[in-house]
Amino acid sequence: MVKFSFVPSFGTVFAVALAAPIMASPAMAKTINVAAEDGAQERLQEALILAETGDEIILGKGTFVLSDGLSLDVDGVTVRGAGPDATVLDFTGQQGSGEGLLVTSDNVMLRDFALINTKGDGIKSKGADNIVYYNLRVEWTGGPKTSNGAYGIYPVESENVLVDKAVVIGASDAGIYVGQSRNIIVRNSTASYNVAGIEIENSFDADVHSNIAMHNTGGILVFDLPNLPQQGGHNVRVFSNRVTDNDTPNFAPAGNIVASVPMGSGVMVIANRDVEIFGNVFDNNSSANVIVVGYQQKFDDPNYQPVARNVRVDQNKHGKAGYAPAFPGGAQLAAALGGAVPPIIWDGVEGEAANVNSSDPVPFLSLGLTTSSQPVSEAQPFMVAASKVTLNLPAITMPEAMEAKIR
Amino acid sequence: MARNSVITKSFARTVMLASLVMMALPALSGGDDSDAPQSSATNSQSVNEEAILNGGYVRNLSEFGLFADLTALEPANNVHPYALNAALFSDYAQKKRLIYVPAGSDVGVDDINAVVQLPVGSVLVKTFGYPDAEGVYKPVETRLLLHRAEGWVALPYIWNEDRSDAKLALGGRRMMVDATLPDGSRQQISYAVPNKNQCKGCHSLDNIVTPIGPKLRNLNNGDGSGQIARLQKAGVLPDILPDHPVMPAIDAQAPLADRARAYLDINCSHCHNRKGPASNSGLFLTYQEDNAVALGIGKRPVAAGRGSGGRDFAIAPGHADQSIMLYRMGSIEPGIAMPELGRNVNDEAGLALIGAWIDAMDSSAKPE
Repeated sequence: MVKFSFVPSFGTVFAVALAAPIMASPAMAKTINVAAEDGAQERLQEALILAETGDEIILGKGTFVLSDGLSLDVDGVTVRGAGPDATVLDFTGQQGSGEGLLVTSDNVMLRDFALINTKGDGIKSKGADNIVYYNLRVEWTGGPKTSNGAYGIYPVESENVLVDKAVVIGASDAGIYVGQSRNIIVRNSTASYNVAGIEIENSFDADVHSNIAMHNTGGILVFDLPNLPQQGGHNVRVFSNRVTDNDTPNFAPAGNIVASVPMGSGVMVIANRDVEIFGNVFDNNSSANVIVVGYQQKFDDPNYQPVARNVRVDQNKHGKAGYAPAFPGGAQLAAALGGAVPPIIWDGVEGEAANVNSSDPVPFLSLGLTTSSQPVSEAQPFMVAASKVTLNLPAITMPEAMEAKIR
Repeated sequence: MARNSVITKSFARTVMLASLVMMALPALSGGDDSDAPQSSATNSQSVNEEAILNGGYVRNLSEFGLFADLTALEPANNVHPYALNAALFSDYAQKKRLIYVPAGSDVGVDDINAVVQLPVGSVLVKTFGYPDAEGVYKPVETRLLLHRAEGWVALPYIWNEDRSDAKLALGGRRMMVDATLPDGSRQQISYAVPNKNQCKGCHSLDNIVTPIGPKLRNLNNGDGSGQIARLQKAGVLPDILPDHPVMPAIDAQAPLADRARAYLDINCSHCHNRKGPASNSGLFLTYQEDNAVALGIGKRPVAAGRGSGGRDFAIAPGHADQSIMLYRMGSIEPGIAMPELGRNVNDEAGLALIGAWIDAMDSSAKPE
């Protein structure tokens, strides 16, 4: 995904020594100021086109009224506003493009501004390695609506993705969605009134921590879907998040996978392996705090593995949960279990061999299903005893240059 | 070395770095200019090769010398008109395509499913416009794809009111345009000239700018008018070509599935292919795609959002009215509309074609 790299085949130490100070030279970088006045569309888009590696585009205070999507395709550019409340890119009148801002270059940093009311996705970055999203807000200001765009922050097919201090409100799919990527951190962010707060999909090696996921339909999702170029999602840690009050009725357009997420889901895992869910605070999630299942739909893909495996649940705090399970068969299941379902639910597929374990001192229910596509009505539920869990996934780290941009 | 030391703004740093390394290591810098390509100026008449190769962001279309008469849109010598069988729908704009290939260069034609490989110095010119009330063609914009040493560069030009010239519009522009529809009626549409990045938004393979249209089989109109032979005679295409069966036009005498697949190829597959901007969708619509799910049959959406229209599958065989593909082709709302760029009205003929194709599938349909 790196577009080009200058690696001389005669790359001697001498040449590298010459090159290094030039690459790092701040003298070549420049600052490009763009004000929030008339004609913002063309001025801002031209600035994004004419920027060169190392440049910083400074967005002024105020509201940029935009008529079309924006895009950035230059490596190593920073786009900086005056703050997520002070600099607002307003796409209410957007007439074209599938997103508000599209980034297709590497080593980009986006910080300190907001996008509102994009017609499609908010910010999408595709094949954009080493991207930093910092202190941003993406919001649909009319609240949860099916007509809102799908994703707020949407990195896909990228390596090294850092999302820090983002706020996303009102996405009709996922607020923060990382798809088909590798080496990912989503932290210190707030997702609310989205269908899914934060979603890691068909991705490898992700840390989702220290976030707040409140008032979504589902708080944090870790999914893997068939028929995609990258699948086999694994190595995802979800920890130290506050995942509470996910009480917004599902408003996703039908047909999308998240349309099947039951209201009141805390963390939901579909068909991933090696997922660790620990140290989170759960409360007021009416379906369950943790749901671990396989892929339930029919699929035609010999390379796809639909079962959830190696999921470890440990040291979470569980408040009230499971009192109104919204998944099909949930009400009957609750009735059979005395009015509520346990805070941790697993489809039970592959039994002990699946290695889905919890040490949390709360009830943990297996539905005792034999295939992922079975309906809950065929469940043969039983309680799974708490067991010692050993967390062993390594922490995700970003290239130091990415962290340095934030400091 | 002239062609190899191109310095454009965006490449300044890389080139500077390269020069420094070369200065440090003169023995490895490649010697003299003796093997550099010779200028073909004598064959190209007024075409300005310097602007094509080294011009950076050339401000005016006229500077390229691609037209003998700009206002009349009459091409210069060695700049050749061509047409595609299946063409991208662009709000009913009438498009005039030209190709320029430097004399003496080889054009690669090995892969009949890929765009012909045009050498450095080549230009593809596409002018978009509509007939005015008197029926006189009025250009709106001209898009250039310039093959420079560092790769293809896409530049959009917007025509002056008096049609004397067209000016570079890197940032694109949205403007009201009087469009003439196929039934002859006229309608004002909000026409979007793409910005430079949006050009790449479609013209991209593995994130590298590339042409889309001139595939050998899409140039082979098969109707006896001999476009391929004409381009061969002009020296654009080589004398010996691989077998390249026709990719049919939307209204050609050809099987429904072939016409539908050709339509999807030219309207969708520039993004929807395994190396394209929509690679992450898993929906791949090239003419030669043979995986039914990848083609959309029984395929659930991934990131469609409200683009799903409440439907479950990209293609529900036998049921166009339950297929996401038709829903998105039939909308002009951003976030729903497909293609995402370049379309502000619906293509009724395209909708009818794809609708008929899906309706004709049975529930176990496989692509042909």
